[in-house]
Amino acid sequence: MSSSVDTFRELAQQDYKWGFVTDIDADRLPKGLSEETVRVISAKKQEPEFMLEWRLKAYRHWAKLEKEQAEPKWANVKFPPINYQDIIYYSAPKQKPNLKSLDELDPEILRTYEKLGIPLQEQKMLAGVAVDAVFDSVSVATTFKAKLAEKGVIFCSFSEAVQKHPELVKKYLGSVVPHTDNFFAALNAAVFTDGSFVYVPKGVRCPMELSTYFRINAAETGQFERTLIVADEGAYVSYLEGCTAPIRDENQLHAAVVELVALDNAQIKYSTVQNWYPGDKNGKGGIYNFVTKRGNCKGVNSKISWTQVETGSAITWKYPSCILQGDNSVGEFYSVALTNNYQQADTGTKMIHLGKNTSSTIVSKGISAGHGQNTYRGQVKIQKGATGARNYTQCDSLLIGDKCGAHTFPYIEVKNSTARMEHEASTSKIGEDQLFYLQQRGLKAEDAVSMIVNGFCKQVFRELPMEFAVEAQKLLSVSLEGSVG
Amino acid sequence: MSLLEIKNLHVNVAGHEILKGIDLTINAGEVHSIMGPNGSGKSTLAQVLARREAYQVTDGQILFDGKDLLEMKPEVAACEGVFLAFQYPVEIPGIGNTYFLRSALNAIRKYRGLEEMDAMDFLPMFREKLKLLEMDDKLINRSVNEGFSGGEKKRNEILQMAILEPKLAVLDETDSGLDIDALRIVASGVNSLRSKDRAMLVVTHYQRLLNYIVPDFVHVLVDGRIVRSGGPELALELEDKGYGWIEAEAKAPASV
Ligand SMILES: Nc1ncnc2c1ncn2[C@@H]1O[C@H](COP(=O)(O)OP(=O)(O)OP(=O)(O)O)[C@@H](O)[C@H]1O
Ligand SMILES: [Mg+2]
Repeated sequence: MSSSVDTFRELAQQDYKWGFVTDIDADRLPKGLSEETVRVISAKKQEPEFMLEWRLKAYRHWAKLEKEQAEPKWANVKFPPINYQDIIYYSAPKQKPNLKSLDELDPEILRTYEKLGIPLQEQKMLAGVAVDAVFDSVSVATTFKAKLAEKGVIFCSFSEAVQKHPELVKKYLGSVVPHTDNFFAALNAAVFTDGSFVYVPKGVRCPMELSTYFRINAAETGQFERTLIVADEGAYVSYLEGCTAPIRDENQLHAAVVELVALDNAQIKYSTVQNWYPGDKNGKGGIYNFVTKRGNCKGVNSKISWTQVETGSAITWKYPSCILQGDNSVGEFYSVALTNNYQQADTGTKMIHLGKNTSSTIVSKGISAGHGQNTYRGQVKIQKGATGARNYTQCDSLLIGDKCGAHTFPYIEVKNSTARMEHEASTSKIGEDQLFYLQQRGLKAEDAVSMIVNGFCKQVFRELPMEFAVEAQKLLSVSLEGSVG
Repeated sequence: MSLLEIKNLHVNVAGHEILKGIDLTINAGEVHSIMGPNGSGKSTLAQVLARREAYQVTDGQILFDGKDLLEMKPEVAACEGVFLAFQYPVEIPGIGNTYFLRSALNAIRKYRGLEEMDAMDFLPMFREKLKLLEMDDKLINRSVNEGFSGGEKKRNEILQMAILEPKLAVLDETDSGLDIDALRIVASGVNSLRSKDRAMLVVTHYQRLLNYIVPDFVHVLVDGRIVRSGGPELALELEDKGYGWIEAEAKAPASV
């Protein structure tokens, strides 16, 4: 393989295209985290008392964990200790508190999103996608609100939801990911500054794709956002999430929480294309992406599908999971995770079967190139009451070059003997023979590699909405360029 | 000027000298066949022509269309017009035949400064070539070679050649693994691609193929050297007597 490896080494390293910084005036807190920080954040957001109480409880729990052992140590990733007092927990672009229209938004921010390919002016938007744009700590714009409201769909920033729909927030916040869930979930609950909120009422099929675009801009700032999506009985919603960050030499922390709730006969499709800055080719800088995502299939016949394409971040620690509580409910997880250069990813899912005849599908595709380390970690739990539960797991790894690694840790726990479990796994290397074959037909080495990789990921890509699938393919090609060796 | 000129070609594979001084000239419009015992270096020659990097050229030169072939990367050689029908075609899971072939064709067209072909123009052409090789339309949507039978893979190679229209087609044992009907179909596909602008180098063990694809020249490769060249009748003679006599002759000094 060595000679074609050389060919790849010659390929130019493609720069991270989304790495620019926007110069805007920001309202930010000094570095550091204490009970006082939490109070200030809550006050800045003019939150009702119940929110402050909830945050403080989470903070106290987190502070206790921090003293004990800080971050969980079981993940297959390595990083130096994080100094939580050296992070800014609140940074918001200075703007009028209540924008009447997008025209009032800082033009620099508008331009930022345009540069990222996410125009916020509705007339320029891709038809059929409503966007919530989160810039550093706060949501700066949500499009197509009026159109959605006609159907009764609530799509707004988390802050707005707290003000306008406190009863819904109170009912569902923390109901799927409690602050006690893990270290980062506790941290998020204490200091989260914004995020997206979606509520789709009974029997409503959301008329367009909903999307949040997360952008970290400010230096030395952590991003802690929270997304809560509730699909009421018989509702359907498809939600997309994208993210980028500027190139910076120091690592930045992103610790988000996503909670999904699907009631009877409801369906939620959640797709992510994660492209946080991955660090440079020597492993300097990049985002630490420590995220807790979980959905509860609370009602009968409900369904939650997670699809993720993870190409960015220096470290990814993420396990979008499903609790299959309702009878006949369905959980799905389709994942592509790519690690190149010195990136590390420990990602996978948990499927917790509680209800009868629940079924889950896991398809994980890990790609490692350069010195990348890619770990699949999955847990399938069939509880006693989950009669007739089924799980299918497929877990494939693709290695490019010989300095990278792929690891799989599938855990299975079955407490009901009627369960049917299927597990398939494979590890393969991009073969020199495959590359040569494609090159012999006229394709450049880099195009040949991305073709092979795209073929490998096809099962996952076809779960993504069309526009996203195209985006994801391009992203994979770019992320792989100049990487193989 | 000849299309292909190989002079004193020496090739090492994994530290062993496999080709020990090959001289071969092929003009546009000609079909040459190479025969020879297992392990004599036929595929090695084919792979070197396609610029596989693991095959190390230690001496000699190759001119293709007047250009130094040994300076070319595999994709450049392909774009210049060298096509190799593989002895063992490779599977590419998850990538559809149509997409793959259109990408390949467009890579070549782009290299030659031609406009890329869109799906609307490509599909009818693709279907026509499928017909030429009597291949099932279903193959359009299947992944490249994935789950194809041995014979289907070989046929697919010729299909690709028909679409990419190379200047030099090197067919490495395209006949092995084909049943009798398939052999006839593939051979007639190859024949339909014979033209005054195109040359072919057909590697085979069996005279049978050469009944269908009648070569202008036959070369016998033994232990990394071309030990005899002749017309189509040489293939018949080999079929009759095997390689023993040629090998013996080749070893006997001053017998030429
Ligand atoms: N990668 C390799 N490593 C070591 N030896 C090799 C390698 N590739 C080819 N060889 C050797 O080179 C010699 C020539 O092989 P080649 O495949 O060119 O023969 P061939 O004439 O095509 O044979 P066949 O008729 O069986 O297809 C053989 O002895 C083979 O074992
Ligand atoms: Mg051979």
